[in-house]
Amino acid sequence: MPSLRLENLVKRYERTGYDALKSISFTITEGQIVALIGPSGAGKSTLIRCVNRLVEPTSGKVMWGDTDIVSLNTEQLRRARRKIGMIFQEFALVDRLSVMENVLSGRLGYVNFWQSLTRNFPQKDVDEAFRLLDRVGLTEFVDKRADKLSGGQRQRVGIARALMQDPDLLLVDEPTASLDPKTSRQIMRLISELCRERKLTAVINIHDVPLAKMFAERVIGLKAGAVVFDGPSEHLAGEVLTRIYGEEDWEEAGQRALMKFVQLGDAAPTVDPTRLAGLR
Amino acid sequence: MAEALPPVMGRQWRRPPVITSTSLRWFIFIGTALYLVVGFATLDVNWQRIAQGWERGQRFLGGFAPPDFASRGDAIFDGVLESLWMAFAATVVGIILSIPIGVGGARNLVPPPVYVMCRSFMAITRTLPEILVAIIFVKLFGFGTFAGFVTLTFATIGYFGKLLAEDIEAVNQAPLEAMRAAGASWLQRLNYAVQPLVMPRAIGIAIYRLDMNFRESAVIGIVGAGGIGATLNTAFDRYEFPTAAAILLVIIVIVLGSEYLSAFCRRLVR
Amino acid sequence: MSVQSINHKREWQRYDRKAGLVRWLCWLIGLAVFVWCWQKISVGTEWSFVLDAPEQGADIIGRMLPPDWGYANTLMRPLWDTLNMATLGTMIAIFIAVPLAFLAAQNTTPSALFARPFALFCIVASRSINSVIWALVLVMILGPGVLAGTIAIALRSVGFIGKLLYEAIEETDHRPADAMASTGASQAQVISYGVVPQVMPVFAGIAVFRWDINIRESTILGLVGAGGLGIQLNSSIGNLDWSRVSVILLAIFATVIVSEWVSARIRKAVT
Repeated sequence: MPSLRLENLVKRYERTGYDALKSISFTITEGQIVALIGPSGAGKSTLIRCVNRLVEPTSGKVMWGDTDIVSLNTEQLRRARRKIGMIFQEFALVDRLSVMENVLSGRLGYVNFWQSLTRNFPQKDVDEAFRLLDRVGLTEFVDKRADKLSGGQRQRVGIARALMQDPDLLLVDEPTASLDPKTSRQIMRLISELCRERKLTAVINIHDVPLAKMFAERVIGLKAGAVVFDGPSEHLAGEVLTRIYGEEDWEEAGQRALMKFVQLGDAAPTVDPTRLAGLR
Repeated sequence: MAEALPPVMGRQWRRPPVITSTSLRWFIFIGTALYLVVGFATLDVNWQRIAQGWERGQRFLGGFAPPDFASRGDAIFDGVLESLWMAFAATVVGIILSIPIGVGGARNLVPPPVYVMCRSFMAITRTLPEILVAIIFVKLFGFGTFAGFVTLTFATIGYFGKLLAEDIEAVNQAPLEAMRAAGASWLQRLNYAVQPLVMPRAIGIAIYRLDMNFRESAVIGIVGAGGIGATLNTAFDRYEFPTAAAILLVIIVIVLGSEYLSAFCRRLVR
Repeated sequence: MSVQSINHKREWQRYDRKAGLVRWLCWLIGLAVFVWCWQKISVGTEWSFVLDAPEQGADIIGRMLPPDWGYANTLMRPLWDTLNMATLGTMIAIFIAVPLAFLAAQNTTPSALFARPFALFCIVASRSINSVIWALVLVMILGPGVLAGTIAIALRSVGFIGKLLYEAIEETDHRPADAMASTGASQAQVISYGVVPQVMPVFAGIAVFRWDINIRESTILGLVGAGGLGIQLNSSIGNLDWSRVSVILLAIFATVIVSEWVSARIRKAVT
């Protein structure tokens, strides 16, 4: 599986002269799970969307293996996007359609229009859909309308949809921003487990620092459109966080986060909590 | 505690007026009053003529008691049937034609030149009053239901197309973006992410338009485009008031019926 | 259920068999009806005439251009009449429609047995009959002129405004009204404090919307003798004076566009 390499990626909004991304460069090797953190407006969302060109970069390259995604034409881009799965903050499901239809929509890039119009997807796709729904724990909801599900359930449909594409790269944009703390952890755990099972490369845009530390091995910190930190998540400590987010008592924040986990009485985090508490 | 009250007591309160600027308020008041006086003056009420016409008006009202369905029964029946199938066919064809135009009028789906073209076309079809269009088409296609059919189709495209375009623009963008990210084609995005969200309201509007087309058909018949309107016109020309009353009642009943039907269908689809 | 288990292999269809069959049947019926309608229309149509149409159309358009601009001056008074008919007609309609709407709404009607059905009937009757037909009737009674047109517009608008208004009244949040009632207010006070403030913006939008539509309708009422631009239009078409027709059409077009713009602005400001 190829690696993802960004070379001098720039995004500038011409009308306001605003530089959302100021020449970003980094490389992610295959199978790595990277968390992207930073304050609001740092450009995390823009960066993620530049990778699959939902937002058009102003200049720079996005190398996926040997291909520069930025230089692809419409048809090639469509085919490239098939291999890039994306999970959204507000789930982005089609509310009036059933869970099954939403999951199957992950295969739209692989079937022609008539098949999708008549919902006549190949049996192997249906099999995979059932498998994924079982894996994310939504088997009883197959024919339920998407807007009748809870937030956590909807995000799991979104995850199943992204994985239906059988992607090599997973882009995750704030998957837990709309969810309560306990569900957030369940979702993050699900995502990281699935990535490890399928050996997926993943870039996860997340604002919750403790979650980022728990589930990602590498963290990239973004501030005002530039990379200010890039290293293993263990190194994410007080002064680094201050550099990214500004003044804050990070030790206290860490303690608070730890207390939240303990209170929720959920299964112990798979990561040594002292790593969390010792934010020095 | 009681010490604090005295300065407050006795203070007046009146509700602040809606338009705060005093001069603007007076301007609007005076302007409106002036307009009303002048406007009503130009109405040119000719009391003599009214007195004469009053007698005829009473005869007209008398035609309702009882209305005459029988003597021109088959003409009424044919007229109603004509109107119904004109309206139905026009709604069907109109909707089919308005789908591409409506989709083309949605800014979030098509490039700007297509958008401008489609929106202008819809604006033109909606600005022209239906009777004018009917007159033009009668001149072009001759008297009869075809002209009426084309007129109603024309009106349907403008009306339905615009509502469709607005609905599409108001749709939640997130699933559209998700489909784009998954590599779906434009048509697939339309069918999967836009259509399910737009359909329920679209069906409701389609049924409403069917109802409206039937009502319009009664009118355009007056200028020769077929349907119950022509029958009504003839009845008036011949001063056959009981028949005219019967036709009016039939129109009211059918419109009522189709409204109930449309409300029912819309609730089904929800 | 759309999920079926066949030989331990799970299949999925969008609609289960019964639903799918019903949908297919509906399409079939719709198609059959449409074909029947088309037949009926074709029977009554002189197709030679239809095919002739483009040629005829080109001929007429040729005679419509250039428009007879000199004629435009004589249009001022009819234009004023047209605007008047629409505006005054809408105002009269508001006076009648507002009380009628309150009588028709379930939550504000004083009597569900008598007042409500009566109000509903008035609204429906007024809506079902197009303003042109009202104009026909009124011209017969009151003689040709602006008065007939104004009243025709008013009568038609009562139904439109009444219906939208009573639906809006029924959709208001009942909680403020309940709160008012719980303080011991009379029915009239409950309505004026608990219902009216909620419907005011909607009402303004409805009124302006109807005014806009009325302008469009007033332009053509003259065709049946009720005054305004329609009268000029009628005589010009009758005389086959196409260049004058195009001036009138342009005037109508311009008026409608302006009124639509005004009404859109006001409605946006009010919502």
